[in-house]
Amino acid sequence: MSIWIRVIIYLVAAPVVGCLLSGWDRRITARMQARQGPPILQPLYDVMKLWGKENLVVRRSQNLYIWFFLVLVIFTGGLFFAGADLLLVIFALTLGAIFFVLGAYKASSPYSFIGAERELIQIMAYEPMVLLTAIGMYIATRSFSVEAIAGHSKLLVLTLPGVFLGFLYTLEIKFRKSPFDLSSSHHAHQELVRGITTEFSGRTLALIEIAHWYETVFLLGWVYLFFASLPMLGVAVSLFVFVFVILVDNVFARLKWQTAVRSAWLVTAVLGFGNILILSLLQNK
Amino acid sequence: MTACNPMTPLTLLILSLIMVPLATGLGLAFLRIDALRKVVVVGVTLAVCAGTIALVAVSAPLDLGGGMSLNNHWINMAILGAEVTMSLYIIYVGLRAKHAMIVLLTLAQMGLMGWFEFTAGAHVEVTQNLFVDKLSVIMALINGLVGGGICIYALGYMREYHEVAHREVRDRRPLFFALLFVFLGAMFGLIFANNLMWLFLFWEITTLCSFLLIGYTQTDEALRNARRALVMNLAGGLAFAMAIVWCYRQTHGIELQALIGSKQALVLVPAALLCFAGITKSAQLPFSSWLLGAMVAPTPVSALLHSSTMVKAGVYLVLRMAPVITGTKVGTMVALVGGITFLVGSLAAITASEAKRVLAWSTIANLGLIVLCGGIGTYEALWAGVLLIIFHAVAKCLLFLCVGVVDHKMHTRSIEEMSGLIRRLPRVAVMMLIGMAGMFLAPFGMLISKWAVLKAVVDAAPLLSVFIVFGSAATLFFWVKWMGKLVEVTAAGDTDKKEFGLSEGVALYSLGVATFLTCLLFPLISSQFVEPYVMDVYGQTASLSKDNILIMTIMMALVMLFPLSFIGYGRGVKVVDAYLGGANVGGSVRFLGSANAVEEVTMHNYYLRGFFSETWLSRWGGIGGSVFLAIMLLVSYFL
Repeated sequence: MSIWIRVIIYLVAAPVVGCLLSGWDRRITARMQARQGPPILQPLYDVMKLWGKENLVVRRSQNLYIWFFLVLVIFTGGLFFAGADLLLVIFALTLGAIFFVLGAYKASSPYSFIGAERELIQIMAYEPMVLLTAIGMYIATRSFSVEAIAGHSKLLVLTLPGVFLGFLYTLEIKFRKSPFDLSSSHHAHQELVRGITTEFSGRTLALIEIAHWYETVFLLGWVYLFFASLPMLGVAVSLFVFVFVILVDNVFARLKWQTAVRSAWLVTAVLGFGNILILSLLQNK
Repeated sequence: MTACNPMTPLTLLILSLIMVPLATGLGLAFLRIDALRKVVVVGVTLAVCAGTIALVAVSAPLDLGGGMSLNNHWINMAILGAEVTMSLYIIYVGLRAKHAMIVLLTLAQMGLMGWFEFTAGAHVEVTQNLFVDKLSVIMALINGLVGGGICIYALGYMREYHEVAHREVRDRRPLFFALLFVFLGAMFGLIFANNLMWLFLFWEITTLCSFLLIGYTQTDEALRNARRALVMNLAGGLAFAMAIVWCYRQTHGIELQALIGSKQALVLVPAALLCFAGITKSAQLPFSSWLLGAMVAPTPVSALLHSSTMVKAGVYLVLRMAPVITGTKVGTMVALVGGITFLVGSLAAITASEAKRVLAWSTIANLGLIVLCGGIGTYEALWAGVLLIIFHAVAKCLLFLCVGVVDHKMHTRSIEEMSGLIRRLPRVAVMMLIGMAGMFLAPFGMLISKWAVLKAVVDAAPLLSVFIVFGSAATLFFWVKWMGKLVEVTAAGDTDKKEFGLSEGVALYSLGVATFLTCLLFPLISSQFVEPYVMDVYGQTASLSKDNILIMTIMMALVMLFPLSFIGYGRGVKVVDAYLGGANVGGSVRFLGSANAVEEVTMHNYYLRGFFSETWLSRWGGIGGSVFLAIMLLVSYFL
């Protein structure tokens, strides 16, 4: 498949898949809490409803940041599915995340401000492991290109089990799922209100939701990379990971940010770095 | 001693790049007329800029490896005389301050060099005193253009400094500008010197100049910090002197290029000593405190020390040593010092709320990254290291100059007080944001360079990447929260009518444009300057693939669209009050608190001081750095 076809498929299919996943997320969560839950397409209805709402802002430029957040998230996924350099993908992802945070700062309200600060802490918590994951994949395949990594003949998870587990841990933070829903909780009216998204409403909130769909697909795509040599297994594990994240979300209460950073860095150092340490020792022999 | 070769235009150009700023500096020391000084400073700065740009044009067709012999008994005598004079002055300073270390280190240095002159001086033969290659051209461009920009900025800044902001400080502007130019001249000398004796002279001149500039305000704190900088750099100077003696003992020559070309085992000790000198000058752990202390000086000094001169001299020397130390234990230790400095510097920057301190820690951290590249010393690492030097100089200089303007306008350097800067001083705020983006955001230069570093590290020593991944995460945190402070607006206020004067404006805008241009022209800079240099040294070079350049160009275009999107500013939106739990009192900035008291909304950034402690980080980072340095010196001798 040529690069452009892959990218176009991603651009069209990712929001559909992301939307469905988000619907299932709400449904599965509801069932875990012994509720009926909304229809699978509820996220789509939400976005459509939001789109028609009045555009309320606190600061006139705050929504511009969110537009760029969305564009960069889509761009990140595009790079990823085009098979580009994994490190560049991470940098694009980070740039997008920063636009989101700056938008929340721009809104200049105490709740979004706290949300922005906490989101930064979350980024700081997961960034090392995300970078180490790329490095681990490079050491295993001698390439940073997603294309080459996906085409690697061996099952990557077997050489990178620690990195995989570490990546799962940080995925929980990246998805802002409990116990790491520090910057913005799915369940409003807590001490944070909605944290980083407090001051975004209407169409802008819909954009954030759409960005989340794209992001989900891209991140699950990354999980798939660990199993890319066995495509069916890869898809199955990606979906399993998605359900697992929801389970954890429902089982754990929110942690303090100190615990979040400390534990994420510890996991990065022990599982991620430990894996790479062993790998480079073995390769030197 | 052989006679002078006929002067080629290139030799002449290089000599004038060194001598003109030095001579101007000496002249400015006695020039008390402000208007005339302005003319001289602008004139000479423009000439120096033109000279460095000419260097690009002139040197391309000429043989870059070609040597320049300037052997003349009188020149050597003059150099010796200058060195002795400086040493005597430093001893005088040390005695007056009753500072034993200053005196001892200088005496040791003098004794060593005197003994060397006495026993070997007459036999030393140097065929090339000066040397030009692509790396020197890059360094010269940074020094000329960025350093020149600082001199222009200083004209307006120092007038406001003495006439408005700091009336209590004695106006010694003639000395100030004299030192700036001597500094620039010495830096040119340092870049072009091949004779280690010459290099050492210019090295010591920068040490002395920075001592005098840091102590410019003559307050107790300034003098104390100046002496600390002096002591640490003198320690580096002593290592440098030892390197010269050792190099002569091993190779019977004192030429930089000869040293680099020698067999590794032969010159490992002098290379390690020179790395030690470079590490002190570039404020790596455990020597970081001098650069943090240097903040007490007026802003142009900080900008000069942090971006184009002083610390860059240190990393320049380390990068020069890279081919010698690559693959050795010495190289590993140098890389470890750089790595730990990057990590500790980045974490410590999180805890700092004073703008200049954040910038200082960030400088230390980024220099650590360059030192890390030097220590790894593969062709990829060298490529990345040189790129870091270029991008860091431009963006960091811009940031310092912005902080200087804010300091004068708002009388604060606290990041907390910069809240809403985008409304009060929009131009400065935008320049600052550009500078910060240049420091850490994709696809700006520093991030591309970090990416290159990461690749180089993973190829050569994957385990060292642990410093980079954690350090980068911290870097992100402290820059974004600062950016956030600039863009948030919590209280009503007016835009200042006049944000900065002409000279500051010229410097800020040209550096802002330069941050963009260096990024846009990045492929060109890499292919025209950096890659040929790496090719010269290693016979192979790293470069960016076409695909990645394309992706980065797209990203750059996306980022550039952001300011354009402000055309739609405020269109189709309805402004409402921020959510304050429904207890707003007339807007977004006050709310009804407990007992019906009206409270102001305040928002403060996180500094995580309970989580990371600056003292703890400095202490353990310093211990770690010292251990690595000690091992480096030991293994260079015993292996």
